[in-house]
Amino acid sequence: MEDALSWGSILARIAAQLLPVWVGLIAVFALSIQFKRRLGLYGRIFDSPVGMTGFGLVMFWVFTAIFADWIITHDPLGQLSGMKNIVPGSPLADPVEGAYPYYLLGGDHLARDVFSRVVMGAREVLKIAPAATVVAFMVGITLGLPAGYFGGKLDSSLSFLSNLVLAFPVILLFYLLVTPEIRVTGIPIVLAALLFIFPVIFLTILFNSRFFTNPAKRNLYVGLTLLFGLWAYSGLAFNADPLGVWSMDPNMLNVFVSVVFVNSPGVFRIVRGMVMDIKTRDYVAAGQTRGEGPWYIMLWEILPNARGPLIVDFCLRIGYTTILLGTLGFFGLGVTPESPDWGSTINYGRRLLAIAPHPAVVPAVALMSLVLGLNLLADGLREESMKD
Amino acid sequence: MLSFVLRRIGVMILTAFALTFVVFYMTNLPPNLEKLAKSEASVRMDDDAVASWLAENGHTGPVLMRYGEWLGLLPGWTLTAEDGKVTGRCIEDGMDPAAAPTRCGILQGNWGYSTVFKATVSDVLARSLGATGWLMLWVMIVMVPSSLLLGVLSGMREGSRTDRVLSTFAITTTATPEYVSGVILIALLASATAGISPILAEAGWIEGKTLFPGTATSAMDDITFWNFFLPVMTIALYGIGYIARMTRASMTEVMTQQYIRTARLKGVAFRDVVMKHALRNALIAPFTVIMLQFPWLLNGVVIVETLFNYKGFGWTLVQAAGNNDIDTLLACSVVAVFVVLVTQLISDIGYVFLNPRIRLA
Repeated sequence: MEDALSWGSILARIAAQLLPVWVGLIAVFALSIQFKRRLGLYGRIFDSPVGMTGFGLVMFWVFTAIFADWIITHDPLGQLSGMKNIVPGSPLADPVEGAYPYYLLGGDHLARDVFSRVVMGAREVLKIAPAATVVAFMVGITLGLPAGYFGGKLDSSLSFLSNLVLAFPVILLFYLLVTPEIRVTGIPIVLAALLFIFPVIFLTILFNSRFFTNPAKRNLYVGLTLLFGLWAYSGLAFNADPLGVWSMDPNMLNVFVSVVFVNSPGVFRIVRGMVMDIKTRDYVAAGQTRGEGPWYIMLWEILPNARGPLIVDFCLRIGYTTILLGTLGFFGLGVTPESPDWGSTINYGRRLLAIAPHPAVVPAVALMSLVLGLNLLADGLREESMKD
Repeated sequence: MLSFVLRRIGVMILTAFALTFVVFYMTNLPPNLEKLAKSEASVRMDDDAVASWLAENGHTGPVLMRYGEWLGLLPGWTLTAEDGKVTGRCIEDGMDPAAAPTRCGILQGNWGYSTVFKATVSDVLARSLGATGWLMLWVMIVMVPSSLLLGVLSGMREGSRTDRVLSTFAITTTATPEYVSGVILIALLASATAGISPILAEAGWIEGKTLFPGTATSAMDDITFWNFFLPVMTIALYGIGYIARMTRASMTEVMTQQYIRTARLKGVAFRDVVMKHALRNALIAPFTVIMLQFPWLLNGVVIVETLFNYKGFGWTLVQAAGNNDIDTLLACSVVAVFVVLVTQLISDIGYVFLNPRIRLA
């Protein structure tokens, strides 16, 4: 039997295992710094050390998620005998030909490889968090624009609703929304039907208001949006895609919908506030005098001018969504027990913290670094967009 | 001012009704009631038995009516069995039906009976809220002064080295949710195999195996520095970063104002400028943030009490939700909603008092 690895060689081996990530990071940074003057706001991230650090951390996890299949050393669900709660760097108890000879970051309570699970967990998190944030933004924008622009009864009722959701303690909402019983009642599907229609509405109005003077182009864009949008919609919300391309596991749908539901009122508030500010500007008045329609003004004149704060909030909100997903996992809501996502790994690891801290600490540090990266990136973006 | 407060209170009451109704509806969904029937009566009931148990226990009326009964606005249900025995929401065992009150909901102080803790919900709530109150108190004592200090220190000279270091610290803590910082703190300070405890134990500096205990269960009876440090720090850390960043933003803005420059040019010492001219103005915005932090603390409390096994409000909520204890869960949500709405109201009104520039119609 070989000796356990020292921390130095553990780190070296992890670094070697992460090779595709380093290559990806170097490529992205080299290209971006080379052409940063031509890349607009994205390029200017590379002027601020804070933004660059954040971007680096985020991209590290993005590449880890993309190349996860090459990086992992063991099957994230595979249990090997004699490796239960074993310390980082331990050699396999009975080495098999062709298998990686070490558990780099130790084993968890079911003798699974912690390193591979964390890497696979990145994929779980990055699959849901950005997508949920995008949908939440579309919901928030589609409702926030008219609320801020028209004001009046529409604004008061939508604001009341959003305050209602915001006043709900998040954990309580999760406990009510993400349970196996609730799936029987069909509430997640109703919510999904309600929330997933907004991206379709948003894109349809976006193209219609821009191209309605040019029917040929308009029909093409709106038609394509409706075709693809409703196709995806039928699959994702009702699991009724005739071709079977779009579908979502009911567990995942439940989690996804709840996270979108919690996030969209926040976006709504920001968008509404900014529209109320921007609509007093002269160029909006000019547009109104020219006879432009309200939706054109909202989507093509106000929204682009509100993009700076929205992009910053988008980064922060992905981080927040990551925290929320972790919270769900931590309470064991809506995830399958063998899922490698960080929240539930922390949850299982925390019970044995006193004896074997590594199964919980490793995903905890991973989650922290991703959220930290997103926060730093948002800070850098905010600084750079203020310079305009 | 008065009409503003009244309108706010009106909206608040409306919100409270809407939210409690949503919670009531969600906890009283048919699958939950079925689970309740099976856990209360017998696990092996068939569907008919479940239906009749639900009917006998007043779970079958329209949702709005049951909500009204639970609130105490509508008279409680009564049912006369075939043998002439009258049962009802407000009639306890062995009570004369004629003597029982007609209404008994939370407005009458009847919060129901907890199926998990086998006690009345008001007892359970009183005990757990007391425990959480101590936790919150210590979190506030740690969090508010330290975060304001951090924010003012880093905001008074923007871009200085102090500012950079403190801002990095603040941004790191805001990126660390409680379940992460809790786990890391336990691993560092309360694990027998990792962190600093083994080193200290070997050197003979601490008596037990670990520096801090990994749970706060003993704090239920007797709060000491040792059993309360980790839970309090775990909750406070997340809030410190956030409030400090808000304070910093507000402080840097104040420091660029004309009157600060005037004071500096007059030859007032930098200390006095900060203490006498800038501080009060800079603390208006953080006040709102601190008040709005309460709902967040509620989240933190749930996570930390679960993590450290401290049997307070959050722990009760998790137990109630996990075991389908409908009455307790409803009561917990009423408390949570109440806390959130009251802090919102206080932050709105306080903001107006602190900032004389705001006039309300």
